[in-house]
Amino acid sequence: MSGANRIKGKGRLTPARTVRFSFDNQVLTAVEGDTLASALLANGVHLTGRSFKYHRPRGMLSAGPEEPNALMDVGRDAVRRTPNIRATVQEVYDGMRARSQNRWPSLAFDVGGLNNLASPFFAAGFYYKTFMWPKAAWKKIYEPVIRAAAGLGVAPTEPDPDHYANHFAHCDVLVIGGGAAGLSAALAAAHAGAEVILCDEQAETGGAFHHETDAKVDGRPGWEWAQAVTAELRAMDNVRVLTRTTAFGYQAQNHVGLVERVTEHLANPDPSLPRERLWQVRAKRVVIATGAIERHMVFANNDRPGIMLASAARTYLNHFGVAVGAKVGVYTACDSAWNAAFDLKQAGVSVPAIVDVRPDPDPELVARAKELGIEVFAGQAVLDTSGKLRVKSMKVGKSSGGSTRDISIDALIMSAGWTPSVHMYSQSRGKVVWDEASQRFLPGRNVQDCVSVGACNGVDDLREAVADAAKAGHDAAIAAGISAGAAWTAPEAETGTSWAGSMMGSAAGAGTNTTVKAFVDFQNDVTAKDIRLAVREGMHSIEHVKRFTTNGMATDQGKTSNIHGLAIAAEMLDKPLPQVGLTTFRSPYTPVTFGAIVNHSRGDLFDPTRRTPMHGWEEAHGAVFEDVGQWKRAWYYPRAGEDMHEAVNRECRTVREVAGMFDASTLGKIEVVGPDAARFLNLMYTNGWDKLQPGRCKYGIMLREDGFIYDDGVVGRLAEDRFHVTTTTGGAPRVMHHMEDYLQTEFPDLKVWLTSTTEQWAVIAVQGPKAREIIAPLVEGIDLSNDAMPHMSVREGKICGVPTRLFRMSFTGEAGYEVNVPADYGEAVWKALWERAEPLGACAYGTETMHVLRAEKGYIIVGQDTDGTVTPDDAGLNWAVARKKSDFVGIRGMKRPDLVASGRKQLVGLTTKDPNIVLEEGAQIVADPNQTVPMKMIGHVTSAYWSENCGRSIAMGLVIDGRSINGKTLYVPMPDKTIEVEVTDTVFVDKEGVRLNG
Amino acid sequence: MLLIHCPYCQEERPELEFRNAGEAHIERPKDIAAISDEEFEKFFFIRSNPKGVAYERWRHIHGCARFFNAVRDTVSDRFVTTYKAGEPRVEVVRGEDGALQVKGAAQ
Repeated sequence: MSGANRIKGKGRLTPARTVRFSFDNQVLTAVEGDTLASALLANGVHLTGRSFKYHRPRGMLSAGPEEPNALMDVGRDAVRRTPNIRATVQEVYDGMRARSQNRWPSLAFDVGGLNNLASPFFAAGFYYKTFMWPKAAWKKIYEPVIRAAAGLGVAPTEPDPDHYANHFAHCDVLVIGGGAAGLSAALAAAHAGAEVILCDEQAETGGAFHHETDAKVDGRPGWEWAQAVTAELRAMDNVRVLTRTTAFGYQAQNHVGLVERVTEHLANPDPSLPRERLWQVRAKRVVIATGAIERHMVFANNDRPGIMLASAARTYLNHFGVAVGAKVGVYTACDSAWNAAFDLKQAGVSVPAIVDVRPDPDPELVARAKELGIEVFAGQAVLDTSGKLRVKSMKVGKSSGGSTRDISIDALIMSAGWTPSVHMYSQSRGKVVWDEASQRFLPGRNVQDCVSVGACNGVDDLREAVADAAKAGHDAAIAAGISAGAAWTAPEAETGTSWAGSMMGSAAGAGTNTTVKAFVDFQNDVTAKDIRLAVREGMHSIEHVKRFTTNGMATDQGKTSNIHGLAIAAEMLDKPLPQVGLTTFRSPYTPVTFGAIVNHSRGDLFDPTRRTPMHGWEEAHGAVFEDVGQWKRAWYYPRAGEDMHEAVNRECRTVREVAGMFDASTLGKIEVVGPDAARFLNLMYTNGWDKLQPGRCKYGIMLREDGFIYDDGVVGRLAEDRFHVTTTTGGAPRVMHHMEDYLQTEFPDLKVWLTSTTEQWAVIAVQGPKAREIIAPLVEGIDLSNDAMPHMSVREGKICGVPTRLFRMSFTGEAGYEVNVPADYGEAVWKALWERAEPLGACAYGTETMHVLRAEKGYIIVGQDTDGTVTPDDAGLNWAVARKKSDFVGIRGMKRPDLVASGRKQLVGLTTKDPNIVLEEGAQIVADPNQTVPMKMIGHVTSAYWSENCGRSIAMGLVIDGRSINGKTLYVPMPDKTIEVEVTDTVFVDKEGVRLNG
Repeated sequence: MLLIHCPYCQEERPELEFRNAGEAHIERPKDIAAISDEEFEKFFFIRSNPKGVAYERWRHIHGCARFFNAVRDTVSDRFVTTYKAGEPRVEVVRGEDGALQVKGAAQ
């Protein structure tokens, strides 16, 4: 037997198909198709968790996604475990492990429950007011303690071993919700010939037919009809039915996010299946058929385990065959709870009383209750309940006073009416409208190409809902451009029960007494008095009330609580409810796992990794890599026993004494071609390009229009109409974007074509006194002599038999070459060069050595020595700004008053008094170290290294009027000491530059 | 994710293929070197940032790579129209339903 509360002959599950699962280490039996909630109820378990703030015992409130209480940690093993799973949604599978949350040491005895006794201190706004001061205590004491005591589940610490899929889908009509309305709409759209996607969050379609057993469609019981229609839809080629699939986000232009739980209900899922699948649907039309959610009654101690929504009790009975209690009390303001009571009674459950706040409930219902032997308390209220871990009794009486009666119960079902689920409509940016007649918010004008049908649109009558929805589905197909379809008869429902009655806010008898806990929002422990307090404290907008009390801010987003909270606030403010307003519903409708959102974008697939053609060789030769944007760059090549420092020192020495080889392939490269190429570069760079002869190169500076340095690089002129432009590694895409922008929109008349060639060329820098000796025997067709090919020239020829663009240039201060070869030949040419280089005593060097060597020469790195607020003059690069040009990007910005005024930070060299101290990049510089804090900062360090070649540390920094205080002593205050530095020029090695021409 | 109609490709493509490129119809002065500080301020720094009708530039960076102009309602996040760079500003009006539409366009 799968639980003592399973009623034979009731429900739609097959009793023989049992599965075993555990709850807090206790092994229990369920039936296939059970939710975790129905399985626990079948086994008599109502207590499922402790509340967020007061740690009050809580049980299932609902049988669906609106569940605020029954959140659990559910998984199949230690790694596959998810916290905060709603037990009312999660299906049970064999071997499932469920654990309650937010309790210590055990669910039945919880120390945090003391918060309940201390609750006068925990009123709304308590955290804001109490934990303000001292400020430092927040991070160290208050927040950690509050976070540990409050909060819900605990996130798993191990990486998720499962995978998740992403699917982009396009359709004519997306139907959200597979209840009577959604099925009718889908059927109509499908028969018209539209491509239809129907999604439903539950395991099976049918919506309200899960609990409502009185209704009939096309002459069949609603549930049977729903399953038959679903089978019909599944069989159609133009329809995709997705169950266990929640539409969670309605974005712009009918882009709707769905998450399908693919394996979370299976005991032994096929490992090739994704755990969840994210559907990104772009629909021409959307039909929203999301139904309605029942509200609870707000009264004193309405949160004890065993107290739940009437529709939930009816679902557990009619769908799962589970009685939620043996003696079930009913408290309602709506007819729907009466139907639930009748079903329970007829199934053999004792129903001692129906308490209805309405003085004159429908006489037919009253008669029916009498007939079944249920006592009716009309115009009365449940004033209080008792029972510690499960409701034991309810106190019934008139709210005005007088005698009361305690009625013994073990479950209490309630209904304050139904709230249309306008979440999707609201997410589509539609504005809900208050319907005075039915006292509820309904969808207003549609902002996107969508329509709401059925209960979410306020259509209560089933016959009307089915007819409306079928028409809406057909219209949606036509609107999506479907011209015709086969003749087809729309479904027709027999008028089901249309439930009258609803109430919002606190029920009479819940009292304004400050000690009464009448819960509005179960998950965030917000009571009616908290909302009243918020209004008294001056929160007059519902947005403020919400944030002050946290009403509706839990993971259930107030599906059951929002309207109650709003009504109480409105009553306190003495304003009509719509004037107080409704907060906007946001995505996601229900929580979505990080797995589904992150999807494939994790690990190696998180971001593309770019590797140069020589990467394999570098790896094989022990390179340590650093990330530069998406590139993996060889950082340094440690030999046995060397640390980074020693390796870099050796590499730096070797390059200056012998030679070194460096992989510069990541440099951005743009081919600028066309009759106006030079004119275009004149506009893009500060330099002049007209006089640059083919075969020569120039260092160029690119500014933004505001006059600040944007990028730099060497540009080689290959022909009158062809330039080979290089950019910084990180700057390549934005420089290309910048150039294209000007070419397309400001200078469209120029005949120039731009092509990114970054990945077409592998670049091998060979630098140092023996650079020429290394490359010479491998080069064909190029005269490498100093006279024929001086510093800053470029030639085309062959190396190792493959085409090359050979640059004579240097970022080290040594004579050197940058060998460009087609990327496919990069590794082969590198190896050939290495065979020459190694016996001569040269080394391979990485980016760290490159940085040190360039700093020794005072060559800047854009983005390190500049930060987007540095002008060419600030960086000491005025020589690269053409004086005679009438226009280039930045020409006007450079002349702005602030950019030409004195007192700007200028790039200088810095040498520490103690040559062994290496400054920290980013450290601040002051003139007087003895001033009081905060000191006047006059600059900062931009680059700092140990220079093995200088035998001391070197640095560059930006210092106010730095060039005018050459030789002056400044100070760099650090937490443990103050470092004395001298201002110098920026060139530390070979000030005359003779080595370049070696 | 928005769908954006590229006036060069003549197709609606997902937003992922595009990059916003700031306000449209701000022309770089032909004699930029000679303009006053105030004119430079107006050209380079001052942007309208409207609530409602925004004229902006987009680039179909992962498609045809062309820059083009767009009119977007910043309230509803809807594109009213897109047109090629260099074409004159398209005037729009707000219709009775609150949605923007191209002025003079057939209903």
